[in-house]
Amino acid sequence: MQSISNNEQPAEDMTMDVDRKHRSPFQLSMRRFMRNKLAIAGLVVLTLIVCASIFAPLLTDYDPEEANLLMVEQKPSSDHILGTDSSGRDNFARLLYGSRISLTIGFSAMLFTVLIGLIMGAVSGYYGGIIDNIIMRVTDIILALPFIVLAMTIMALLEKVTIGLFIVIIAVTAWPSLARIVRGTFLSLREQEFVLGARAIGARDSRIIFRHFIPNAIGPIIVNATLMMASMILFESGLSFIGMGIPQPTPTWGNMISEAQNIRVLRYHPEAWIPPGLSILITVLAINFIGDGLRDAFDPKSDRR
Amino acid sequence: MYQYIIRRILVFIPMLLALSIIVFGLAKAAPGDPFTGKILDPNVDPIVYEQQRAALGLDKSIPEQYLHWVSSVAKGNFGKSITYNGRSVESLIKERVKNTVYLGLFSLGITLIVAIPIGIYSARHPYSLLDYGATTFGFFGLAVPNFFFGLVAIYLLSINLGWFPAQGTVSSNSLSGFAEFTDRIHHMVLPGLTLGLAGTATYMRYMRSEVMDVLGSDYIRTAKAKGMSDRNVLYKHTLRNAMIPIITLMGFEFGALLGGAIITEQVFNFPGLGTLFIGSVVNRDYPVIMAIALLLGVAILVGNLLADIFYSIVDPRIRYD
Repeated sequence: MQSISNNEQPAEDMTMDVDRKHRSPFQLSMRRFMRNKLAIAGLVVLTLIVCASIFAPLLTDYDPEEANLLMVEQKPSSDHILGTDSSGRDNFARLLYGSRISLTIGFSAMLFTVLIGLIMGAVSGYYGGIIDNIIMRVTDIILALPFIVLAMTIMALLEKVTIGLFIVIIAVTAWPSLARIVRGTFLSLREQEFVLGARAIGARDSRIIFRHFIPNAIGPIIVNATLMMASMILFESGLSFIGMGIPQPTPTWGNMISEAQNIRVLRYHPEAWIPPGLSILITVLAINFIGDGLRDAFDPKSDRR
Repeated sequence: MYQYIIRRILVFIPMLLALSIIVFGLAKAAPGDPFTGKILDPNVDPIVYEQQRAALGLDKSIPEQYLHWVSSVAKGNFGKSITYNGRSVESLIKERVKNTVYLGLFSLGITLIVAIPIGIYSARHPYSLLDYGATTFGFFGLAVPNFFFGLVAIYLLSINLGWFPAQGTVSSNSLSGFAEFTDRIHHMVLPGLTLGLAGTATYMRYMRSEVMDVLGSDYIRTAKAKGMSDRNVLYKHTLRNAMIPIITLMGFEFGALLGGAIITEQVFNFPGLGTLFIGSVVNRDYPVIMAIALLLGVAILVGNLLADIFYSIVDPRIRYD
């Protein structure tokens, strides 16, 4: 566009105008996002947490899984900043390494859930009819069971819960809500003229879905995926807390807090369970701010808060 | 409207069947049966175990077993628990379900009493101090894990200040009448607040945006223009319309409430369905797991059904196709 405007030699402000028109809706959304202070604060905090988890080995010398039965439930000292847990493992090291597990599970469970939800929702919303009906009834039934009940029932069937299995279980039980959102967007897109146009010039289904539908549905998908990552982190910590999640000795924020089910730890060692709790709170808060910022950015009509 | 309600109930029945098939399927997918877990006594002839299997119907085909299970469940017979010395599942559930129902109602009550007035105030005075406070609370309420909030509550209010008991439902079984009632409420304060935290934040946000939406609509302007007092505009026009989506939200949030109760009960060692469920999952007590999963599923389906029906009654604009 720049070259065209050079050819025509338009006035300076005209070039500006053409330039602005050239931004895609996605770029415009990103500009709106960058102006949202809370969202940027969330992004900065989340980046710091991710850095802390990546560089955990540089920040502590302790192995988070190494038990030391001579150093059980120590008070904080210069050796162990946050003391040690009931097996003598360094709490600070567990806090740092635990962030890896919590973030990995939150992110991969979200990614996997979005993938299943996107495919199911796309198929359902694009083809409609019987397929749509079947998929929607399946979502109805899965949504009829509380997420946690279904996930725990499946876990009861397994010998041992590994991180990979855990992610699969979450994704298999959590996709319906996203599928419904994608389906709703697709249903409304299906009726639009440009889709009719694309079909009229002979575009294949896959082209219509990938070139026309998904770019138009990307806003709600990104927003919901972000907020979903936050709820995945909460969910993982909840399950690990009741001992149904990632088993010891692997550190997660949830199973660190589960130490506080022992009244002695709860009462005399707040340094053992308050930091992981605050970490979850801060991480989820940061992700939610980012999600809300994205929502405002993608949907100019939405409430400012 | 009646046609819609009837159609909605007709959809409910296949959903119920599908739910029962899923729950049954999950239990059948479990490795082994009630006898494989036990250490087999070498003095007992294996034929005896086969006979016991046959007595429980475990030698029949899967569809037959399903029909057998469904028909006994329909009669309220969920079989026997594996861990509780063969106690019947119904008696275990009957003992616990009351506590969970009371906790849920108590928590929902606090939630609505706190969230609705604050939501209305926030909508009428946006960007006021209380509105900012409520919004901040909303962000925290949705971000704090409820078990962590529960532990902090126990640590501060129970251990350090001694205001509330940290666990259980009642301090002594010898209490009765009013004393027992207040003691039970006293025990429910912390778990109730913990369970209601996320819900309070959600309802507050919803209420705020709904009331704001309605306040911006033409008929509110008309009502004000004809000289109606603010009070009347609020109660006669705004709230009636703003409450409609809240009813739908309650239908959806019902599942979250039950799910949250599982973890909250564990924090407070509260003898309800949640702690029973966790215990049965740990012990692989499938009859109890099946019964609770089915019960919660049915409760949520009924909750959604009621929300839909109620919605169609209060909002005559809803389309019935």
